[in-house]
Amino acid sequence: MANLQATTESKPVRVVLILSALTVLSLFLLLPLFGVFAEALRRGWEVFFAALTEDAAFSAIKLTLIAAGVSVPLNTLFGLSAAWLVTKYRFKGRALLISLIDLPFAVSPVIAGLVWIMIFGVKGWLPPAMMAEFLAPLATLAKQAAANESCGGLFEGIAGWLADPKIVFATPGIIIATVFVTFPFVARELIPLMESQGSGQEEAAVTLGASGWRIFWRVTLPNIKWGLLYGVLLCNARAMGEFGAVSVVSGHIRGQTNTLPLHIEVLYNEYQFSAAFACATLLALLALLTLGMKSLVGRISGHSAQE
Amino acid sequence: MSKRRIIPGFGLSLGFTIAYLSLIILIPLAVLFLKAAGVGWAEWKDIFGSPRVLAATKLTFGLSAAAAGLSVVLGLLVTWVLVRYRFPGRGMLDAMVDLPFALPTAVAGITLTAIYGKTGWIGSHIAAAASWVRATWKPTGWFGDQVNSWADFGAAYSSLGIFIALTFIGLPFVVRTLQPVMEDLGLEIEEAAATLGAGRWTVFRRVVFPLLVPALITGFTLAFARAIGEYGSVIFISGNLPMKTEILPLLIVSQLEQFKYGSAAVIAASMLGVSFILLFIINLLQRRLDWQNR
Repeated sequence: MANLQATTESKPVRVVLILSALTVLSLFLLLPLFGVFAEALRRGWEVFFAALTEDAAFSAIKLTLIAAGVSVPLNTLFGLSAAWLVTKYRFKGRALLISLIDLPFAVSPVIAGLVWIMIFGVKGWLPPAMMAEFLAPLATLAKQAAANESCGGLFEGIAGWLADPKIVFATPGIIIATVFVTFPFVARELIPLMESQGSGQEEAAVTLGASGWRIFWRVTLPNIKWGLLYGVLLCNARAMGEFGAVSVVSGHIRGQTNTLPLHIEVLYNEYQFSAAFACATLLALLALLTLGMKSLVGRISGHSAQE
Repeated sequence: MSKRRIIPGFGLSLGFTIAYLSLIILIPLAVLFLKAAGVGWAEWKDIFGSPRVLAATKLTFGLSAAAAGLSVVLGLLVTWVLVRYRFPGRGMLDAMVDLPFALPTAVAGITLTAIYGKTGWIGSHIAAAASWVRATWKPTGWFGDQVNSWADFGAAYSSLGIFIALTFIGLPFVVRTLQPVMEDLGLEIEEAAATLGAGRWTVFRRVVFPLLVPALITGFTLAFARAIGEYGSVIFISGNLPMKTEILPLLIVSQLEQFKYGSAAVIAASMLGVSFILLFIINLLQRRLDWQNR
């Protein structure tokens, strides 16, 4: 018992420290979380559900799902490719590449939106008028297709966009801004994991005559699946919750370019607090789900590592 | 040299990774820097000479440093308790530490405003305390202004509100940097110190704490870097009064809204410059930490 005494504090000190840590976590983490739900239900369930079933909320949810639906698969693909590259090979500039992957973490969300306005805005490097000129041949093709094909509706939409190719202040801008801010998440999870696992199993598979894709599907992927899942979850949580970058590129056109976080801002600024918090509960639940999955994944992968 | 090609796929992964990185990140950032460089020297001086930009710069960096500092103190306490003690609910609290990472910033912003604002669970107490201070001591000057604001609005619409939001954002960076280092700390050195007659406080101060310093500095820098660029969780609670509670990212947005693309690019490029230097420092510190943990 003397051993225990030497490396821990006396009981009163321990109790005081635990209570202070609990106070800190309650003030900064738990209260804000409870606050979301308490404010959302302040004016009753009816207001709560009305806010969630409103048309503007629906279109915001839809756009949020589209933005995440494009950016998460793209960045997952990138994460796999980048992690494969920097963990399976040694080459010049490898360390620099790893630092560059982290770059978006150091960029303010506002700047992540600003860069796209500098490129695709009216005064940018590739303004809509210039894009329209470039895309004119494609637009003509799409128009012809719209006239001929049975599924003309789709081509009509494409032709319409090609004739006036808006990126910022429209859905494409929201999507690329989301891609920018969620860029490193999957790669960041995979690189340390694959580095620690080494390439021994893959090299063994090569000597047995397996092709590159086969090695990836049958050897690498089963080894990294939990880390990959966690990276995808984090990427998705950020994609659905991103505010600053999409706010800058959205132009605040309600019902057209509002994602869920932007819709919350609009409601809040219109003093519809309960409605704003009602929509916020969706994102808070997503955050809780992500944290829960994280603990779960950690426990499962921890077990499989011990086996 | 042939060793690196044992596993197939080098060309494909190299091509895709570089192309995607360039298209999404490098070229857009280069365009921003070129735009900022294209703005004349005189205009650069005008922008950074303007009182509004100066006030926002001071506010952003000052409060980010202060909040990162508080995050370090609170993070050290929280990590110590999470790593060293066993008590009911510990696992859940450990998972909750990541909440500021997972909770969208806009949601954090409105809920912090609700709680720390005048009618909020904590804000109402802040307002009451400030009213009492105002009535009792009648403070003047900068502090008097702050107390007036606290009494009228709680922590919202003042530097205090921004400070709280930035601490909320920074806390998990410190805890998650410190946690692995603290877990790997062997108890042997503490036992050795104890056998030599050191009391518990001395052991912490002279033996444990020095080993934690690199991780604490890394955590501080991470929290600081994140706080400088933070937008969503701050703008609701800050009230966005020019010269008083306007942060740099918001200033960029307001320049954009006035179609002043040049000055938005200049402010953004300067912020990016600072962030990249911080990222570089973090990389160096991280390498040292990895070496220490080996």
